Amino acid sequence: MKHKYLLLILIMASVGCVPLTQDMELPLILDPGVDPDSWALVPAGEFLMGQFNHEIMVDYEYEIMITDVTNQQYSNYLNQAIGEGYVKIDGDQVLGYYPGDEFHGYRHEEEITAGDWLHMPINDLDLRLAFDGETFTVLEGYENHPMVVVTWFGAKAYCEYYGWHLPSEIEWEKAARGADGRPFPWGNEIVGGNANFYASRDPFEEFSGKQGNTTPVGFYNGSTYSGYKTLDSKSPYGVYDMAGNVEQWTADIYENQHYRYLRGGSKQTYAYNLRVWTRNNAGPYYFSPSIGFRCVRDK
Amino acid sequence: MNGFMQRFNYLFRSTKGLALVAIAMISLVSAVFGMLSGPMAEWGISDVIIRTLGMRMVPAEREGRIIMLYHSIAMAVVALEVYFITDLVKMKNHQQGSINAIVTVGYLSSMIFGLWFAYFGHNYVFHGLFIFGQSLMFFGGILLAVALWPWNKEYYMDDPSYSRTKKGIDLERVAFFIMAAAMLGSALFGAVPGSNFGNGFETFLAEDVIRMPEKNTLMLAVIGHLHIMLTLIAVAAALIVGRWVDFKGIWHKLAMPMMLVGTFIITIGVWMVVPYEFIAHYIIYGGSTLILLAGLFLLIFTWNKLIIERIAELGIEKASIGQKIAALLHDPLKFGATWQMLFMNFTTSFIGIYFAVKLDEIIRKWPAREERVELTGHWHVLSAIIATILLFYFADIAGLKGKARKWFGWLAIIFSDVAFAATTVLYIKRLIVSEAAQQPLVDAVMVFIEIGLGTLLVVLGLFMFWRLTDLFKKDGLWKAEMAEPGREGSQ
Repeated sequence: MKHKYLLLILIMASVGCVPLTQDMELPLILDPGVDPDSWALVPAGEFLMGQFNHEIMVDYEYEIMITDVTNQQYSNYLNQAIGEGYVKIDGDQVLGYYPGDEFHGYRHEEEITAGDWLHMPINDLDLRLAFDGETFTVLEGYENHPMVVVTWFGAKAYCEYYGWHLPSEIEWEKAARGADGRPFPWGNEIVGGNANFYASRDPFEEFSGKQGNTTPVGFYNGSTYSGYKTLDSKSPYGVYDMAGNVEQWTADIYENQHYRYLRGGSKQTYAYNLRVWTRNNAGPYYFSPSIGFRCVRDK
Repeated sequence: MNGFMQRFNYLFRSTKGLALVAIAMISLVSAVFGMLSGPMAEWGISDVIIRTLGMRMVPAEREGRIIMLYHSIAMAVVALEVYFITDLVKMKNHQQGSINAIVTVGYLSSMIFGLWFAYFGHNYVFHGLFIFGQSLMFFGGILLAVALWPWNKEYYMDDPSYSRTKKGIDLERVAFFIMAAAMLGSALFGAVPGSNFGNGFETFLAEDVIRMPEKNTLMLAVIGHLHIMLTLIAVAAALIVGRWVDFKGIWHKLAMPMMLVGTFIITIGVWMVVPYEFIAHYIIYGGSTLILLAGLFLLIFTWNKLIIERIAELGIEKASIGQKIAALLHDPLKFGATWQMLFMNFTTSFIGIYFAVKLDEIIRKWPAREERVELTGHWHVLSAIIATILLFYFADIAGLKGKARKWFGWLAIIFSDVAFAATTVLYIKRLIVSEAAQQPLVDAVMVFIEIGLGTLLVVLGLFMFWRLTDLFKKDGLWKAEMAEPGREGSQ
């Protein structure tokens, strides 16, 4: 009997050492039918921002990408941008120049100096791109999944390469919830069919454990995939994936801190973190398999 | 009717009965509301509970609900400590009676109406009763501080084996008094910002604003409040254990001055967080060092006493190391209470110090949410450990004996520590595994957490079942306990 318990403990301890992700095959290769190259118009006007619905005026209209930037889009960008010298490869990293932040020496503030900063590590296990020394390609099946393992510098550089920019927190939240103060992009409640969050039971999660995998962009559009039914979960302006899947970098730089803010929650967070006002933050050099981005352009 | 009144008197007028009710209420609330988050949410059980009980869970009100839930449980824990203190420390019978009555109405009103308001629609009469309950708790606290007044000559210490001044002032009583007074001041420290909620000051959870470079005065007060209240609950638990094991001798003489000075310093330090945040932390470190040392001395005394008494009981003249260890482990309740104090250092204190030292170098390189997980894990474990310590004391006074005592004690120690250790691994996971590779580790530690907490709850449930079903017996333990002589003095 004692041996059984010992065996059980050893099994449980050993599973803690098994790495996951890249080597595994995707359960489904899907095209949800939402075009990642399309944009949604967010009209000028007031909206209710934050948990306590503060009235905020945005006196201009703008367009925001309907989905997160995909691996295919980022791969295409890298292949062009490297050729043009916009970013460079240094060892196993993609780097690019950043002019630095104003530094105040505040408590816990870290100086972000002018110079080359990491955009993306090339050999990270969770990167969905492969690099053969000259060209980036996307791992099969991940083409329309959100680009992850990208730093704030890498996200910003992508948007600016095309003449766009990262959304400010205000722009992001207005695009996510519209003007009526709803807590989620699609309405007032959240269920598994709305978004990819921790233990939401999407088909990708079943495949690779509760950490889950990213879902293709625009996955939660009301379609049924091999028996798995999703709810149409776009925002009032028709923007997908503003809650869950991957957190998204936003543009703002605040005084006395070096942190950049992340919005939307991810496949890695509980449902309450998908409320549109919920914020996370990290240094601009941070990257993760749960962090991506999208861009905004002026109208 | 007479039988009902007898039982009512037992439950609401005796220390053991009051403690039984408080623990039952805490267990009930923990069981129901614990099903709304964590693995229970993952398994869909939270949805069933919400639907079945008709809870109204507005997404924007989550933080407010949680604050009211924490306060509801905290009020009951504080009431439990008050019952133990009024039983253990000398005071007038009428003082004990009125203090216990006031805090009982206070925590029950706060808990019942607070949770009703938070989870079942917003009837503002209930919110008023929630505040009323907390006000009663505060009033009961004032009466307790008055009753504990250590400069009353009636309570001077005659016995030189206890810590006292030359004049005879009982320093342990001073420590109890300072703890009670500090808790009153610290309650106000939270009440001021609390009263501003919804009045220009927006509800928030402290762990959500950790990286905000400039927190306003009210935010700092809230953060200070929650830290000092948990600290003072822990100090009270240590003092209760000290009385339980009849802490005295040289270790007592060393510990009590440290405990009372440490409690005073740490309280002042936390209050100073508002005007002088940076320097306040150094004051807090000073105070907490003294309190930790006092706790260490209590542990040394207790373990030494457990060994000596058991060896003497067995009639062994010269005990071997093995016999001494066996003697130390003989009573899992008294050993367990102090062992948990030691174990607390491995799961919270040492890790907390490491995280504080490495804050900018490691922790602040992570996303805020990772830091948040560490902080919430840290204080959940700390709170749960304090709860087990109080539980061990109650199990002892509730008359748990023989094999039941051993089974209860050891199962509670082993499985709670398995759960706490696994939780610690969970909240420090980023130190040892990347986000990409974490899930198998998370799944494995969750198994240990569930087994640990599950077994602890089953053991607690059986214990509570035994004591609650005893109430249905005509001549149960409750009757014998009712017949016991009145309140025992401390020394």
